[in-house]
Amino acid sequence: MAEPLLEVKNLKVSFRTEDGVVKAVDGVSFTLSPREVLGIVGESGSGKSVTMMSVLRLINDPNMQVEGEVIYKGRDVMKLDKDQMQEVRGGDIAMIFQDPMTSMNPVYRIGDQIAEAILTHQDVDKRTAHKRAVDLLKQVGIPQAETRVDDFPHQFSGGMRQRAMIAMALANNPDILIADEPTTALDVTIQAQIIELLDKLKDDFGSAIILITHDLGVVADIADRIAVMYAGRIVEFGAKRDLFYDPQHPYTWGLLGSIPRLDRPKTARLHSIEGMPPSLISPPQGCKFRPRCPHAFEKCMEEPELVSRVDKRDHLDRCWLEPATKRVARYQTIEGGQAA
Amino acid sequence: MAAIKHQFGLDRSLPVQYLLMMKRLFITRDLVSYGNQALNVVPAITQAAPVTFSLVIGAAVIWVVFSVLIGLLAVILKGTIFDPLLMILALIGISMPVFWLGEVVNLITQSPNRSVIFSWVPPLGYVPITSNPWQWFLHLIFPWLTISVLYIGFYARVLRANLLDVENEDYVRTARAKGLSERRVLIKHMLRTSMITFVSLFGLDFGVLVGGGALLTEVVFGLPGVGKLTYDSLVKLDLPVIMATVIYGAFFITIANALVDVLYARLDPRIRPA
Amino acid sequence: MSTNGDAPLVEVESLVKYFPIKSGLLSREVGRVHAVDDVTFSVREGETLGLVGESGCGKSTLGRTVLRLLDPTSGDVKFRGRSIAKLRRRELRPVRREMQMVFQDPYASLNPRKRVGSIIAAPLQIHGVGDKKERRKQVQDLLQTVGLSPEHYNRFPHEFSGGQRQRIGVARALALRPKLIVADEPVSALDVSIQSQMLNLLDDLQEEFNLTYIFIAHDLGVVRHVSDRIAVMYLGKLVELSPAEELYERPIMPYTEALLSAVPIPDPDLSDQRERIVLEGDVPSPINPPSGCRFHPRCRYMTDICAQVEPPLVDYGNGHLAACHHPLNVDKETLDRVKVSKLHTPAAADESAKPRDTSGESPGSGHLEV
Repeated sequence: MAEPLLEVKNLKVSFRTEDGVVKAVDGVSFTLSPREVLGIVGESGSGKSVTMMSVLRLINDPNMQVEGEVIYKGRDVMKLDKDQMQEVRGGDIAMIFQDPMTSMNPVYRIGDQIAEAILTHQDVDKRTAHKRAVDLLKQVGIPQAETRVDDFPHQFSGGMRQRAMIAMALANNPDILIADEPTTALDVTIQAQIIELLDKLKDDFGSAIILITHDLGVVADIADRIAVMYAGRIVEFGAKRDLFYDPQHPYTWGLLGSIPRLDRPKTARLHSIEGMPPSLISPPQGCKFRPRCPHAFEKCMEEPELVSRVDKRDHLDRCWLEPATKRVARYQTIEGGQAA
Repeated sequence: MAAIKHQFGLDRSLPVQYLLMMKRLFITRDLVSYGNQALNVVPAITQAAPVTFSLVIGAAVIWVVFSVLIGLLAVILKGTIFDPLLMILALIGISMPVFWLGEVVNLITQSPNRSVIFSWVPPLGYVPITSNPWQWFLHLIFPWLTISVLYIGFYARVLRANLLDVENEDYVRTARAKGLSERRVLIKHMLRTSMITFVSLFGLDFGVLVGGGALLTEVVFGLPGVGKLTYDSLVKLDLPVIMATVIYGAFFITIANALVDVLYARLDPRIRPA
Repeated sequence: MSTNGDAPLVEVESLVKYFPIKSGLLSREVGRVHAVDDVTFSVREGETLGLVGESGCGKSTLGRTVLRLLDPTSGDVKFRGRSIAKLRRRELRPVRREMQMVFQDPYASLNPRKRVGSIIAAPLQIHGVGDKKERRKQVQDLLQTVGLSPEHYNRFPHEFSGGQRQRIGVARALALRPKLIVADEPVSALDVSIQSQMLNLLDDLQEEFNLTYIFIAHDLGVVRHVSDRIAVMYLGKLVELSPAEELYERPIMPYTEALLSAVPIPDPDLSDQRERIVLEGDVPSPINPPSGCRFHPRCRYMTDICAQVEPPLVDYGNGHLAACHHPLNVDKETLDRVKVSKLHTPAAADESAKPRDTSGESPGSGHLEV
């Protein structure tokens, strides 16, 4: 593997609240290689968004506490001063968000908002920036970009706004594009367009992508590696094919089994993960998934490390079950008892 | 008595009385005061209006500038002791009645044995800007500040609340993620959208003040503006003058509201017609 | 899917719902949103009809109009054979008891200042069911039915997670023992693992209370899982209606085909193999819908006729209806049979907006019988 582009080491993010300390991210580590697509999958409250927002230090909460290192280009992002941080944001690492309807400032023209990103990081004049904005809009597939560049956000549809957001994020050829649920608010046909666009642009711009989503179907197409998060931790991490075809953590099985599938015969009942995600203030002892896990046993009262338990070095998981046991146990969950 | 009644048309039916008064107010412009028949109402208002304008426009400039500054400062200093401190100051400003504050100011700046710092303060009254701009300014500086104190407090609090709301908006996060400096995020992305409430309030308050709402200040500082005119006529129950000042006030409130609507569309492109 | 010849519970006939767009001082009507445009279908008792389409296709409006939460512009809705489209408020009340709605957003659809107990008891109270004590007992039973604890009676909505709130919404809908529940995107705001719990719950309740569902969703995976039949809408029009499995095996309308192919599959190899039809552009405005077939600007099979003539909803057999000039997955025999009946359709090129007279359509397309 090449030298990592980004390395997150033991990141911990917590928030002081009236009820206690919420451990939103509890010891997350991963690396990202150049031009790689990393999928981060988890449900709400799993800490996937907070993790990536902390990498850009975008959370502005006096009650927040962050520990750990985020190494980018040999420097710890967490220790950068204000000016250096502003250079990284939008220049080296750009981010797009879930709701394209609210992510653009309603009172400025689309083109001006893109040009603003360019002018912040590049030494060009306004006219050049505006021209570049038009080119970017063309690249992300906005028809009649020359005239639409002067539209206001409310004149764009949701899909077009997300395209414009992508154009804005790519304006400075960032090394990394963090996409936080970029398709969740969009219709399924538009979602397909956006994923296809990201797939194409990552080659055009040579950016690595971190794709945050709750939908395993979305990362199945585009991701190289996938991290599954639960209750502030990564519970499974591996290459896409390993994760889909040899999943090691019961939570991953549960996610795979909960999705109503179009590619399989209809089952009478969907598999469902019983119960609710745990409290992040007083999480359960040992494995965080234990209270919801049908396969839990005594040993699960002890927290398992995120290590490789199968013969693949890069396939990590946090589960005490024997890999052989898992191979049998997971079919019931994922395939709804179809195969043995 | 009957002759006077006839002269003012008071022996006619009510709607006709109303129309007559409107006619004399707008068309023939010869409506005269009940109390003092030498006082022609329309010229009285045209004379008083510049005074009120001078007072309100000057005060408005001060209160807009300072409330924006204080609102911004409070947001920048959020989390420190200065934010609540500024807001308490603002609250004190809101709580002080204008007439009381005016009298206190007069006590300090006008009394015969005032301190030397205020020796430059001219006596109460008004000097037109056309005759002596410097004296105009000196005469009005304390009335301006007196009116502004209330509005600065109020507007700073409103702006701060709006800014804090906007801070959680997704597009502010987007602006930060672009790598903009905090100053630029605050001024360009947060302030602009926060000004929408601010502007609508401003339109209303400005209209009301120009329309005679600065009555107490004018009375306290002896400024012969529309407010003072209204006050005097109210004391004497001088109906034609009251009528005229009310209509004058309504006129400016309407104008101010129309201007706000236009400004609205400039501030928020979503309400511009497609 | 039951095949006994029961009379349908709900019949929707040529239903039209326009929203006028007004402008200017006199509120002159300058246009209309064609939210639901001449839709006909029926739902049998105990059945689940899935209603799918992209945002803005009119599926939610249709659901609300069926419940008379919105008044139809024209057309009719029959509940148990009785027309409810023009009933007065008072006459509507007994019917309302039998029809309930579950909303999408579990955060916005519950009054944050009311306790869960009184939220669920509200429909009972409005319809004067039982006294206070009886209602309390009923609400506690309902809480248990939807998988919550009776002790939750005195809590406030904010003390619950999204999934639990949606259960409260379901309990409220169940309170009056309705026959029909219109569920408008009931799971789309929920996490995947909670979503499957919810779908299983709805399934159980249907069996227990013999409920009929109209299940509105944009997620075709979810809809397939719950539905007996599925109706696909595009820009206010019903473009395909089919038994659930058949729709997925052989979609006739190209829009349905594209919609199905856009659903992500959580299996990298299958995802690579299958052909993806990515639709270009966005859904056009429902204010000025395209002429002819409303899907034609985005359709890859588009020919001249598509822009000119609106295709009628045609029965291709087995209760599978579709409105398309270039039907997919239809064998020649069926196509010939359908063509004959199509000749009866007047060539109506100029009738882009106004509701069509259903009598002009092919036999069998106006009504469904199985």
